[in-house]
Amino acid sequence: MRGLRAGTVVLLACLLALALLPLVAEKYYIQLFTKMMIMAIFAMSLDLLVGFTGLVSLGHAAFFGLAGYVLAFAAPQYQAADLWLSLPLAMVCSGLLALIIGALVLRTSGIYFIMVTLAFAQMVFFLFHDTKIAGGADGIYVYAKPVAAIAGWEPFTLENHTHFYFVVLVLLALVYACLRLLLNSLFGRVIVGIRVNEPRMKSLGYRTFRYKLVCFVLAGALAGMAGYFAAAQFGFVSPETLGWHQSGSVLMMVILGGMGTLTGAVLGAFAMMLVELGLQGLPVIGGVEIAKHWQLLMGAFIVCAVLLLPQGLLGLGKLASRLRSKPAEARDG
Amino acid sequence: MSEAALIDARGIHTYYGASHVLHGVDFVVRRGETVGLMGRNGMGKSTLLRSVLGLVRPRRGEVRIGGVDMTQAATHAIVRRGIAYVPEGRGIFPNLSVRENLVMAARAGAGGGHDWTFERVMQTFPRLGQRLTHGGAQLSGGEQQMLTIGRALMTNPDLLILDEATEGLAPKISREIWTIIGQIKQAGIAAVIVDKNFAAVSAVADRVVILVKGATVYEGSSAALRAQPDLHQKYLGV
Repeated sequence: MRGLRAGTVVLLACLLALALLPLVAEKYYIQLFTKMMIMAIFAMSLDLLVGFTGLVSLGHAAFFGLAGYVLAFAAPQYQAADLWLSLPLAMVCSGLLALIIGALVLRTSGIYFIMVTLAFAQMVFFLFHDTKIAGGADGIYVYAKPVAAIAGWEPFTLENHTHFYFVVLVLLALVYACLRLLLNSLFGRVIVGIRVNEPRMKSLGYRTFRYKLVCFVLAGALAGMAGYFAAAQFGFVSPETLGWHQSGSVLMMVILGGMGTLTGAVLGAFAMMLVELGLQGLPVIGGVEIAKHWQLLMGAFIVCAVLLLPQGLLGLGKLASRLRSKPAEARDG
Repeated sequence: MSEAALIDARGIHTYYGASHVLHGVDFVVRRGETVGLMGRNGMGKSTLLRSVLGLVRPRRGEVRIGGVDMTQAATHAIVRRGIAYVPEGRGIFPNLSVRENLVMAARAGAGGGHDWTFERVMQTFPRLGQRLTHGGAQLSGGEQQMLTIGRALMTNPDLLILDEATEGLAPKISREIWTIIGQIKQAGIAAVIVDKNFAAVSAVADRVVILVKGATVYEGSSAALRAQPDLHQKYLGV
């Protein structure tokens, strides 16, 4: 109980810190944290599959990238798309793609599931890469950020980087809260049960395929939400956003933060992007441009994190609370 | 219509790859009946149950549940016809609390019955009531077994299948489980009990089926089997 309260306090403190950030940070950092929050939404959507349902997908970027393309298609050339139409449209398209892919791949499990999700995502990748759809390998520009007008009144404008930041922050909090509610419901218990032992859930009378498919579609739609805002922020979509590299990267975020916790996925997204930034800014030492080899160092960091923190970065918190409670026990005992 | 057997499996042949495990087994359980399914290790008892439940697919034979052909049906559809399965090795969800383990299974029975409420399960297993917020992994072996049986009862079954329910439990806890099995029988729920404790099984079962090498070698009343010590010595080694 004490742990739960401490966790909630830390979460609210982080939310408050994020809400106050634009007051003190420069534009660059506001945009950087916007990008991190977008990736955190993407990572949470994957955590729903990997951490809670036990479905390790290596093709999750397909839904992320597709939503970006939908935004590009939805925007008339050199004009802005309507946020209220294009965002749901992008999420529905990603969700539909997830429904089609999920209906096929969820008939497999284990290593086959990983390989088949990868194969489907690569099919989508090559569809955009090898054809003239949306600029082929060069990608396509989103010239203007979507407009959020309601009968002529604009509650916020995404062209303003601070407004963009707060919209993404609100969505991050909403997605977290909704997923938390879902996971605390019977549905959440069932999907955790499926991860632990699917035949046992079938023996209890649950049609597990449907539950897994709902999770897959929901995760796809949420990845679409993240992909939509990523495309809107950068003003550009390319086939790389759908590729296996992007899928691997978000999977790494979930593993790094701690699977099956949601907060771990958010933490992992922030940590990985901050570490990446830190490594890219390393100075030249002894004539060696270390920053040029940041990916090598990133690999070493991931290996160390996985070896030393099997529960991810969230495991650090548990380790710290254990170390704190030991001296207390020694005093009491 | 209610006279149809809860389980009526005929000529079941099940294979694991090339290995022929069940050789044309017939297995019938009628409403309200308690059947002891016995045999040494590796004789096909669990495979027979898994074949009936659709967890492994028999290559030949027919499985009728409540008179309906369910040979090709999915497991969830089979158990929703009123069967609750307590698998070997308990099978609780270790990362869910006792309450969550129970509530997850709650549903009305195949005939719409809902006699087994959360409160009734608590009355039957008062030990679990004291540990409702504990994680499944924090329970003792006996408590885990009670939780699995309690969870099965939450589905309001017509038939409860208990696969090695007392395996590895301390004698005192084991006796407690057998008492509860007796209460379940009194409540009118049919049961299939797989267990190595011949005395305990024959005391509660109306009928005993013995499998040897994937085939039925004995089927008859418990009383008749008790009267033939040479048979249980021959087939069960007790």
